[in-house]
Amino acid sequence: MPKITIDGTEIEVEKGTTVIQAAEQLGIEIPRYCYHPGLSIVGVCRICLVEIERMPKLQVACYTPVTDGMVVHTNNEKVLQARRAVLEFLLINHPLDCPVCDQAGECWLQNFYMQHGLYDSKMFEDKVKKQKALDIGPNVMLDSERCILCSRCVRFCDEITETFELGIFNRGDHAELLPYPGQELDNKYSGNTIDICPVGALTDKDFRFRTRVWYLTETPSVCPGCSTGCNISVHHNDKRPYKAGGIRISRLKPRYNPEVNQWWMCDEGRYGFTYVDDDSRIVAPQKKTRGRWQELSWNDAIDEIANKMKDTIDKHGAEAFGVILSPQMTNEDLFAAKRFFKETLELENIDFEVAAREKGYEDDFLMKADKNPNTEGAKKLGVSAMDNSGLEVAQMLAEAKDKRLKALYICHHDLEKGFNKEEVKAALSKVDLVIFQGTNQNLTSNLANYCLPSATFVEIDGTFTNFAGRVQRIHKAVEPLGESKPDWIIFRNLSKRLGKSMPYFEPEDVFNALVEEVDAFKGLSYEKIGEHGILLDGHEESAEKEMGALVA
Amino acid sequence: MNIHDKYKPLTFWEKLYLPAIIAGIWLTSKHFFRNLTLHILRALRIRRSAMGAVTIQYPEFLRPLFPRLRTMHRLTKREDGTPRCVACMMCETVCPANCIYIIADEKLEDPQIEKMPKSFDIDLGLCIFCGYCVEACPEDAIRMDTGILEISNLTRNGMVLDMETMLNLEPRQDRYVKYTKEGDIVSQEYLKQSKSE
Ligand code: SF4
Ligand code: SF4
Ligand code: SF4
Ligand code: SF4
Ligand code: FES
Repeated sequence: MPKITIDGTEIEVEKGTTVIQAAEQLGIEIPRYCYHPGLSIVGVCRICLVEIERMPKLQVACYTPVTDGMVVHTNNEKVLQARRAVLEFLLINHPLDCPVCDQAGECWLQNFYMQHGLYDSKMFEDKVKKQKALDIGPNVMLDSERCILCSRCVRFCDEITETFELGIFNRGDHAELLPYPGQELDNKYSGNTIDICPVGALTDKDFRFRTRVWYLTETPSVCPGCSTGCNISVHHNDKRPYKAGGIRISRLKPRYNPEVNQWWMCDEGRYGFTYVDDDSRIVAPQKKTRGRWQELSWNDAIDEIANKMKDTIDKHGAEAFGVILSPQMTNEDLFAAKRFFKETLELENIDFEVAAREKGYEDDFLMKADKNPNTEGAKKLGVSAMDNSGLEVAQMLAEAKDKRLKALYICHHDLEKGFNKEEVKAALSKVDLVIFQGTNQNLTSNLANYCLPSATFVEIDGTFTNFAGRVQRIHKAVEPLGESKPDWIIFRNLSKRLGKSMPYFEPEDVFNALVEEVDAFKGLSYEKIGEHGILLDGHEESAEKEMGALVA
Repeated sequence: MNIHDKYKPLTFWEKLYLPAIIAGIWLTSKHFFRNLTLHILRALRIRRSAMGAVTIQYPEFLRPLFPRLRTMHRLTKREDGTPRCVACMMCETVCPANCIYIIADEKLEDPQIEKMPKSFDIDLGLCIFCGYCVEACPEDAIRMDTGILEISNLTRNGMVLDMETMLNLEPRQDRYVKYTKEGDIVSQEYLKQSKSE
């Protein structure tokens, strides 16, 4: 293994490591634009120049592999001067649109200029004009004047999605990034080009001009969009809440996790969070009397619902009660639900799976057909019909139609996604007591007698188990909207009202109880799960599969 | 160093104490009797133009303003009448009173400008007139040179300035003191004008 000295510190690194990576291992930051650890190396931007002893000229750190005994200087006068010159060069034709540009605040030109530039410009020529505000795809706007031709986005489309939409055309200072003629930047992962663009050339149509990035706070989380569970940061607007007209979540960005999604996420997940601040959110417990919805206080709602549930069970027995849980719920929610329905109420008809009528999009990269983040967790926790020797969801609906089922407790599902509308209507209208617990209104909630508002994934702490058996944590970014509450708290309160208390005060308490009871989760704790999640026992193999798909 | 060192040391006369006291009383009395006389002359309509006290008889007389004074905000316009502001929210960010509220909008017809404010409100009930917003603006879009000091309203909402109002305000040059090149005050037009009324 070659030994190399960087700025006076010696380090031994793997063969084939480049200087920029070796420096990173030492915590030395070398500025870069075109280099991205997830993409091939081209060495076009030249900002990463370093001095290597016994080499006549400065070298690019991103493209130079280390050799034994190499002595590198990343910070001497010669290097700093070169960096200044490169920045001056990159900014020759770059318009300083910063007040308008959405990248301002996280722009690498700005940051490096403040760190390394600060030169007096020698330029008097007019800047070359190119096309501004060019609509190049459903999610992306291009300002080719701002582009510094680092080709990251081009390489992303060539190497990661292999859709080849973008290219750099013309030569010299007329060179311009554009989609190929007749093409649009329209692939399932196009949003990632916005993330990796080091300047504001590619901006997000969904985010453009909504807010400024320095108002945003980041909270690490996991995308609930499909069973891959990509790691994300939730960017929410706490400092200027009045800004976005009640929209608290401004955007989602992928968060690096080498085991799951690396640097990327799909567009479906990225733009799929809008229901969180949507008008259709259920914000208070509600009850339908004579066809009209009426708001209730939580106390009254819990009282009434608990009483009605008890009455139904007393009158018709446990087999007349159906419970449909959801793989959208966290492990904690599902565990509390299981305690409540199975232990407090001793029900058997508990299931969570509603197979979608239309198969979701799936590929061998990130996206999975199962659009639920916690199917695996639900299976592990034993809340399916099989585990409880009760009815499956389809059977429940059939029983309901025949009036054998008297009550249904439905969590999060929009049954319309799995069955056709008439079927759902026919079934639910025959049931005396339908309780819907969820975040947004839908056909199912409209057919219910009671609606309980749950908090969404950005409003709770908890864990999801992805398809490969990786348990990952989500964190609360904003307060639950209106009166909504995390599901496990609703179950806890109901359970307490029916005489069996669950001593949980934090999601962590629920998780600890879960770890004690469910073998698959043995030995886990929130600390152990950490930032990047942890694989459940017996899942090593599938995790490798997961990695394989990414590397290929 | 003691911070008081920057003051002049007392002279011999000042140290004697009594002469300084007497000088002070003399100065006060001089103004008192002068004002008394002038006011009487005015009241008797013998000399109407005489200014009695140094106190200004507001609002009949308005005090000349110095250009550095920060008065009510206005938004400047481009030649075509659209706001210069590009809704960059620098002023909103820097404002220590958090009293600026901007909502941005896209202006696609002109890709050279792209962004403009949809609404721009300043709550003068919260504003502390620090002028940071003016300093922060990269477009010279906001200024505090209207010369309007009379900012009051019967409701709190009435204290909120909106974009429309701010765009239509003009600087009131006539209320400001004018200087010669050497820095002497040459005219207090507004003051003179109100005097002769
Ligand atoms: S990319 Fe945007 S923020 Fe960065 S320097 Fe250019 S105009 Fe300014
Ligand atoms: S658009 Fe951005 S990522 Fe693409 S080449 Fe230009 S600067 Fe690089
Ligand atoms: S003068 Fe100061 S307090 Fe008033 S709006 Fe401007 S920045 Fe805010
Ligand atoms: S700083 Fe200037 S350009 Fe920016 S939002 Fe305020 S007034 Fe508009
Ligand atoms: S980062 Fe090395 S040349 Fe661009």
